[in-house]
Formats: sequence, C-alpha cells, structure tokens
Amino acid sequence: MSILSYLIPISLTMGAIGLVAFIYTVRSNQYDDPEGDSRRILSDEWDDHPKP
Amino acid sequence: MRPPSAAACPGCLAAPTDAVEQPLKPAQIALSLPTIHCQACISAVERGLNAYPGVRSARVNLTLKRAMIDAEDGIAARDLIPVLERLGYTAHELDPGALSATESGRAGRDLLIRLAVAGFASMNVMLLSVSVWSGATDATRDMFHWISAAITLPAIAYSAQPFFRNAWAALSAGRLNMDVPIVLAILLALVTSLWETSLSGEHAYFDAALTLTFFLLAGRYLDFRTRAVARSAAEELAALEVPRALRVRDGVEQEVAVADLAVGDHVLVRPGGRMPVDGVIVSGQSELDRSLLTGETLPVFAATGLVVSAGEVNLTGPLTIRATAVGEETSLHRMADLVAIAESGRSRYTSLADSAAKLYAPGVHILSALSFLGWYLWSGDLRVALNIAAAVLIITCPCALGLAVPAVTTAASGRLFRKGMLIKHATALERLAQVDTVVFDKTGTLTAGTPEVTNLGDHSRQDLEIALALAEGSAHPLSRAIAQAARAADIRPAAVNDVREVPGYGAEGTWRGQRVRLGRASWVGGAQGEKTAAWLAVGPHPPQAFLFVDALRPGAAKAVSALLAAGKDVYLVSGDSAGAVENLAKRLKIDRWLAEALPEDKAARIADLRAKGRKVLMVGDGLNDTAALAAADVSISPASALDAARVASDIVLLGQDLTPIAEACETAIRATRRIKENFRIATVYNVIAVPLAVAGLATPLIAALAMSTSSITVSLNALRLR
Repeated sequence: MSILSYLIPISLTMGAIGLVAFIYTVRSNQYDDPEGDSRRILSDEWDDHPKP
Repeated sequence: MRPPSAAACPGCLAAPTDAVEQPLKPAQIALSLPTIHCQACISAVERGLNAYPGVRSARVNLTLKRAMIDAEDGIAARDLIPVLERLGYTAHELDPGALSATESGRAGRDLLIRLAVAGFASMNVMLLSVSVWSGATDATRDMFHWISAAITLPAIAYSAQPFFRNAWAALSAGRLNMDVPIVLAILLALVTSLWETSLSGEHAYFDAALTLTFFLLAGRYLDFRTRAVARSAAEELAALEVPRALRVRDGVEQEVAVADLAVGDHVLVRPGGRMPVDGVIVSGQSELDRSLLTGETLPVFAATGLVVSAGEVNLTGPLTIRATAVGEETSLHRMADLVAIAESGRSRYTSLADSAAKLYAPGVHILSALSFLGWYLWSGDLRVALNIAAAVLIITCPCALGLAVPAVTTAASGRLFRKGMLIKHATALERLAQVDTVVFDKTGTLTAGTPEVTNLGDHSRQDLEIALALAEGSAHPLSRAIAQAARAADIRPAAVNDVREVPGYGAEGTWRGQRVRLGRASWVGGAQGEKTAAWLAVGPHPPQAFLFVDALRPGAAKAVSALLAAGKDVYLVSGDSAGAVENLAKRLKIDRWLAEALPEDKAARIADLRAKGRKVLMVGDGLNDTAALAAADVSISPASALDAARVASDIVLLGQDLTPIAEACETAIRATRRIKENFRIATVYNVIAVPLAVAGLATPLIAALAMSTSSITVSLNALRLR
C-alpha cells in the first residue's frame, strides 16, 4: 500500500494545477469573447511573432 | 430582484446620472457593430481602426458584436464611424457610461471560480470516496477520510459562501428560504463526518457536501449567465441613445452632455432629433412627432412660442428651443412617479421556486428533527441519531430543486433569445405563462409608426409624377411614404423646378410655369379631415388629398390572430383618435378597443382587468405606456421603444417582427410545465430515498447516487425545451 503515499499527493497536485490554470484563465479575461477567440485562431496575423 | 426603481426613471433618457457622476476616460469609445460575423470582419475592423491616426488600440468583441477603442483626446466616435462604413460595416456609437459590463463580469467571475474550486475538490474527494466504497478498511479508510476532510473543509469554507450569506440574510430577517436547509445540510454533514472520522467510523459524507455545493453553484451560475446575457443586451439598447445636445451660446453651437444643460439654455434640435429637455421654441418652424408621448400619429405643427416636452421628435426644420425644465424636472421624469406607484403591484408575485421553498424548507427540518428525536429515544445513542438526521438532510437536500428552475429558464430564455426576444426579468417566463389577456398599444407597437398611402389609385398619373418630384426633396415621413409608394407603382418624377421645403408646411416648386405645392391642408388650401393626409395643389386646380394609414408592423396580424386562437382576450388601448384606432382594430379583428386614452387611463384599465382576476400582458412602446407596462403582470416592449418603456418592461423584442409574442407565450407555458415536472421528479427521488434515510439504511454511496441522478435527470428534462 506504500504506493498510496506517491499516488495521492500526485493526484492532489494534478488537481491543484488544473484549478490554478483555470483560475488564471478566468482572471486574465479569457472567457470574455469565446466566439471571437474561436475565430481569431484562423487569422494569420501575428503568426510569425507574438503581438508586441 | 427588479432593479431599484431609480433606474426605471424615464428621466434617465434626459439625464443619465452615471455619466454625470463618474465620467469615463474621455478617450474610451465603444462602437456597436451589428453586422460583423467572422474572422475576416474582426481583422478588417481592427486593422482599419488601428490605422486611424490617434487610435492607440482597438479590440473587437465578436460575442457582444462591439469594438472598444482607446484613443487620444479629441478623437470621437463620429470620426471613426465613417472609417468603418468605408470598410462596409455599419457602426453605431454606444454610450460607455451605460455599459456596466465590468460590474456584472466581476460577479460572474466570482461565482465561476467558486464553482471551479467546488468542482476540483469534489473530484478529488470522490476519488478517495470510491476507494472507501470499494472496500478500503481500517487505517486506510481513516487516512482517506482525513485527507477528504483536509480538502473539503477549506473548499466548502470558500465556495459555499454565497449560500452562507443568503441563509444568514434570510434568518436574520426571520424568514426561511431554500438556502437555509442547504447550509444546515452542509454544516451537519461536515460536523457528523468529522466526528465519525475521529471515531474511525464507517460513513463520512465529505463527498456529498462537496457535490451538493457544486451542483447548487452550477444552478446559480446558469441563472446568473441567463440574466447577464439579457442585461448586457438591454444595456446595449440603452447605450445606443447617446445623451448629447447642441447648445447654442452667442451664436456658437457646442455639443454637450444633456446632463450639463441648464434652464434658460438655447438648444438646437436638428430634423430627426429628439427634444432633450422641456422648453419653448424660440426660432424655426417644423413639425413634431409626439407619438412616443401621446400615441397620436398626426404630426403637430411647430413654430415660435410652442411649448415642447422632452422626448418629442423634430421632423422637418431645425428648431431652437429655450430650456424651461431640465433633468429631473422634465415631464418625462415626472412620469417616473406613475411607474414607481405601479411597480409595487408586480413585486407581489411569488416565484415557483420561492413557493416550493416555503413548503419544502420547514418540511425537511421537521422530518430531520423527528428522525433525530425518534432514533435518540429508541436507541439512546446520540451518535446514531445525529448520523441519521444528517443523512436525512443530505438526501432531501434541494440539489435537484436548485437546478429545477435555472436549468429550465436558461433553456427557454436561450430559445427565445434566438427568436429575437430578450427576457430581462427572472420570473418573467412564469408570469407570461399565466397570461389570459393581452393589451396592445397602437402607435409604434402594432403599427410601425411609418405611414402608408391608401388612395394612390385616385390620382392621375401626372399628379403622381408631380407629387413624387416634390416628395423626393423632403425627409418628412409622409413625403417618404408618397415617394416610396409612387416608385413602387413605377412612376417617374415630373420635371419640377426650384423645389424647396418650407419647414412645418411642406414642399413647393414650379412645374410648367405653375406653382405646385405638397403639404399641410391649411397651407395648400385643403380641408383638414379626420385622417392623416397630405395635399397636392397644381396651379389653380383644387387641391387633392393623399390619405395615409399607419403601416402594420410585420407579424402584427399573425401575432394577434395566434393569440386570439390560443383563447386569450386581446384589447387595443391607444392615445390616438377614435377613427384611427377603430380602423386598426377592424383590420386586426380586435373587438375591444379604447381610444384617446391618457397614460393614467391605460394604467387604470390594466388595474381594472387585474382586479377582475385577469392575468394581463401589456405590449407597448411609448412614454404614455410606461405606467401601464409597469402595472401589468408582465410586459413586452419593442427595441424601438423609448428607454423608459424598455426599462419598465420584462421582455424586449429585438427585431421588427411581432410574431414571437404568441410563440413566447407558448414557450413560457411549456417552460412552466417543465419546472413543475422537475419539482415532481425531485419529489419522487425524495419519496424513494427518504424512507431509507429515516430507517438508517442510507449510506454515503446511496446519497451520492440519488443526488447525481436526480440532478442529471432534471437538467436533461430542461434541455428538452431547447
């Protein structure tokens, strides 16, 4: 059963990473324009380098 | 909750308080772009705007069909709109003061993060619980329970805060709401589970407490989203009317905010513009359209000395008025009192969820208390009795009830939104479902407010050619109607020279050396009749009349006949003259009509019907309708209505078409049926699971199963509405 001492922390850490990532996306306004964002991916602007 | 009545003041049209108290950064410009729809549009608009000198950054939001522009001082929306029009996109200026997207955005974000915390925590705890259910024992089980407790306690403390707050608010006001049994169940589950865990007990309900919070937060979030979508669309309608006026000082025109106008200021109102304040005309001649205030369709002749009120539309010539009342003193604003009085009538409605909670909350508490007492007396064991009381509370917890209403209203509002209806108020659908009487306003609601020529065939071709030539030189609604009808009948304009518009009277010119005139009866020499008419005089010949009726709004006939077919009583109540109202009532086959009704009469009529036990739907658009809209059980206004009317109504029609009204009634009835079905489904689950819990046979696994299946069934049932 000693495997549990690895698995449980791993599963908890993975959950925490998911949660933190989600909170980051919410905080940085990434859900303000879902429709526009799904189309912006088709644009070839800023394909070579990120928007300054 | 309705917005406070201060926001419902019709005077907001004239004096937007937000804009005065906290002016936004002047360089922030918001544009509405109704026609953008794809990636190419986004790029074109952003590139076009960013290339304009002085624009620092522009970003398009496709979901809201809006562009936010950060620009240097001195750049205004009117500089940017032509840029977009050259690119082929229509753009309208939005008043950034009326857009409070950030405020509702923050509340939604807060709920979403709480939902995420509850979701992630419940997934982890469920993982541990599944191992316990599948056979972990002794030290392993205890360890799993302690880890679950370590995750659950902080997660609940954070994510269940909205319930704690609501329950506390209800209790401190001496009431019971749905949140009280929720909070009690969560707290009792935590306390007994901790106790059990510390005694190495078998059953812990940590997962149940978390999934409960998760499902209930999901219901709250759905509810919030539905209303946020409606609110932002309603805000956009309000923001389209930018409150500006042209103040004339020492002969210099200056654009100022309406709120900055003072009594005694001279204000220039261009043709097509709306009076920003009450006042007296000091110069200019024109005609005024008062239909939004009084329902009259006949334009009124306006000349120096005439008293005008805020909200009237100037039709033909520029007018300069001296302000006699501004902001809160305007007659527009005084209407607010009427609305505020009527408002109290609607707040008496108890929503289905509230009446369910009223039955449910005491029932659950009594049941749980009784099983605690029974088990304590029978077994004498406090721990067993407390465990069973907690199990009863958790199993009966209104998980499905919390989702029953929001899931259905979200599905129904989404469906109606796609048909062009905006459900602004949370209980509007429930109230709409009960409606058995529909009261329509005439001008601007059943009719489009644009006149139509009725007797084109009575005129000779030559007269029509002259009339077309004269009408084309004018922007007056009657002229435009004549021009449109004549063009449609394939008439070419005659060669009329020196056409000039005489503001307030009509248009005149010379044709083959004769003077020709098209305009008011008194000016041309005709006889003023009952009907809306424009007169044409060719030289010395007797003048001839063009008669008009108000064009029906598209879908008006269909909507009325569908409502009549559904067995509802339809009334027509208008401020217009008896002839015009009777004529329209006959065209639409409405038997009951009332003409020349003052705003108070309309509201009284509604109150009268309600006193007879009827459930009244009011459809109206004008200022004279606002009191009636607020007095009715539920109200609808078209998007073209005055801001005040839209604020006073529960549902806004976004398109021109009226057909969705009948459909909305039907959808509302189906939605209410679904809500009741959902309540029944939730009750059936309780009827099965509660005896198990009271008998002490419930385990955390049974609780989790009952909760999840009932929540999912209820959500799926709601989805059938889409």
